[in-house]
Amino acid sequence: MARDTLTGSRIRERRIILGMKQAELARRSEISASYLNLIEHNRRRIGGKLLLDIAEILGVEPSMLTEGAEAALIAALREAALHAQSSGAELDRLDEFAGRFPGWARLLADSRARIETLERSVEALTDRLAHDPHLADALHEMLSTVTAIRSAASILAEPGEIDPDWQRRFHRNIYEDSARLAESSRSLASYLEAEGKAAAESGTPQEEVEALFEAADYHIAPLDAGGLPGEVAQELGAALSPTARALLRRAFERYAADAAALPLPQVLEAVVVTGTDPLALARRFGTDPARAMRRLATLPPSAPCGQVGLAICDASGVFTFRKPLPDFPIPRFGADCPLWPLFAALSRPMSVLSRVLHSAGRQSGAVTAIAFAQPAGPPEINREPVFEAHMMIAPARARTEERPEEVGVTCRICPRAPCPARREPSLLGEPGF
Amino acid sequence: MLKRVMLIEDEPNIIEAISFILSREGLAVDTHSDGTTANDRLRACRPDLLILDVMLPGKSGYDILRELREDADTAELPVLMLTARGQSRDREMAERAGVSAFMTKPFSNAEMLATVRTLVAGGV
Repeated sequence: MARDTLTGSRIRERRIILGMKQAELARRSEISASYLNLIEHNRRRIGGKLLLDIAEILGVEPSMLTEGAEAALIAALREAALHAQSSGAELDRLDEFAGRFPGWARLLADSRARIETLERSVEALTDRLAHDPHLADALHEMLSTVTAIRSAASILAEPGEIDPDWQRRFHRNIYEDSARLAESSRSLASYLEAEGKAAAESGTPQEEVEALFEAADYHIAPLDAGGLPGEVAQELGAALSPTARALLRRAFERYAADAAALPLPQVLEAVVVTGTDPLALARRFGTDPARAMRRLATLPPSAPCGQVGLAICDASGVFTFRKPLPDFPIPRFGADCPLWPLFAALSRPMSVLSRVLHSAGRQSGAVTAIAFAQPAGPPEINREPVFEAHMMIAPARARTEERPEEVGVTCRICPRAPCPARREPSLLGEPGF
Repeated sequence: MLKRVMLIEDEPNIIEAISFILSREGLAVDTHSDGTTANDRLRACRPDLLILDVMLPGKSGYDILRELREDADTAELPVLMLTARGQSRDREMAERAGVSAFMTKPFSNAEMLATVRTLVAGGV
């Protein structure tokens, strides 16, 4: 039923909310109760002065009665219904539902939004718990230490004499273990608190560097202004651990070399024409596609071509750089989807692979992924090259006719089934593992 | 005859506390800390009960248990498994590997003693 034909339903809804009898509304609006009854059941159209009068009596804007629930609410409900297609929600009666039960509709839409937020949190936490060896080790260490303390303390607390030598040993063990526990719990707390901050005291050096890039929106302006990589790393990475600073310096050296080959002002001009096409940009500057991808991923957020994501991995598949997009998360610790073209590129070096991808189970739009693998360094006599793969991600063009390939983020939270690349069962319940 | 318990655990202070409790109970306790050589040591000691930690250097407690169950000499040996992970999935993994009893760290001395008494007496 069209939205504008539900004015009567909305009048009835509003009247009931106010606890007003039909007869009273009919009397105050100077029409018969039977005529109002026909209006309320959408069997008579209403407009003009009568609509204005009824709206005034009900204390609402006339548009609330004629237009009903706002478009955003309808869109949210439609998204909720599409997300749970097996529920059999009557999409053709969505407007009627939102118009007649605006409170319930709002509740449903808000609940769906909250579920979406929680799903994202679960995704992030699951990723962290399942694939964060540091967290798992820290928890195991703490529980083992607590066990030792509890056991020794129980022995000392028991009635009866204990040999003085044993007594001394257990006292010493408790003292040592409690110091260990204090240290490991402090370390764990700072690790958890530091998430998202540059100086994660117990995070991996790679995470520290990633956090610094993220905080800078992946654009290091001092390097584009000609700053020396060592000096800029020294200044920006002052709070990082020594290993992270070494990684940062190496990353900045590469950034500076990219910036020298593709200077920012010229690139900003070029991308107006080339957009996020790394091959077109590479041709224009006479460089390789990997460098063009890195340059596109580190442009300022205001660049006219928009933001792109980037994943770089070494020949073993371990990430050395990750810039996720909101629609295309990239998990930590390389526990990602083997179907990504990033990994296919490693087996087809020097070939540019382009795919339109869609993340399984997500409402997000499709992305275009362009992957390319090349030797990580210059050729050397009698030495096998070590390859490195780049995958740039950009929102897919609306007009693309390529059917998106469904890929996951990481197996634990991927609903894709059946999947030949699955490593472990999904928390979302994947049949046939 | 003196019952023998073998404890395979890599945390020295847990080894010391459990050894003390079990020795006081009148049990002979052998200890070992390395997963890789655990099964060889086990065959040499021939204990009446094995207390086995899950996370060991070299080889996991699950793998040690699976190998032990495949050997006719140790297939029936009672095994008490200790782990810092108490999720149902870990318990299921231990059961599939053939564990006799399963305890989650941090456990109490009384709880451990009660389980050990039951297992060395032939119960589960």
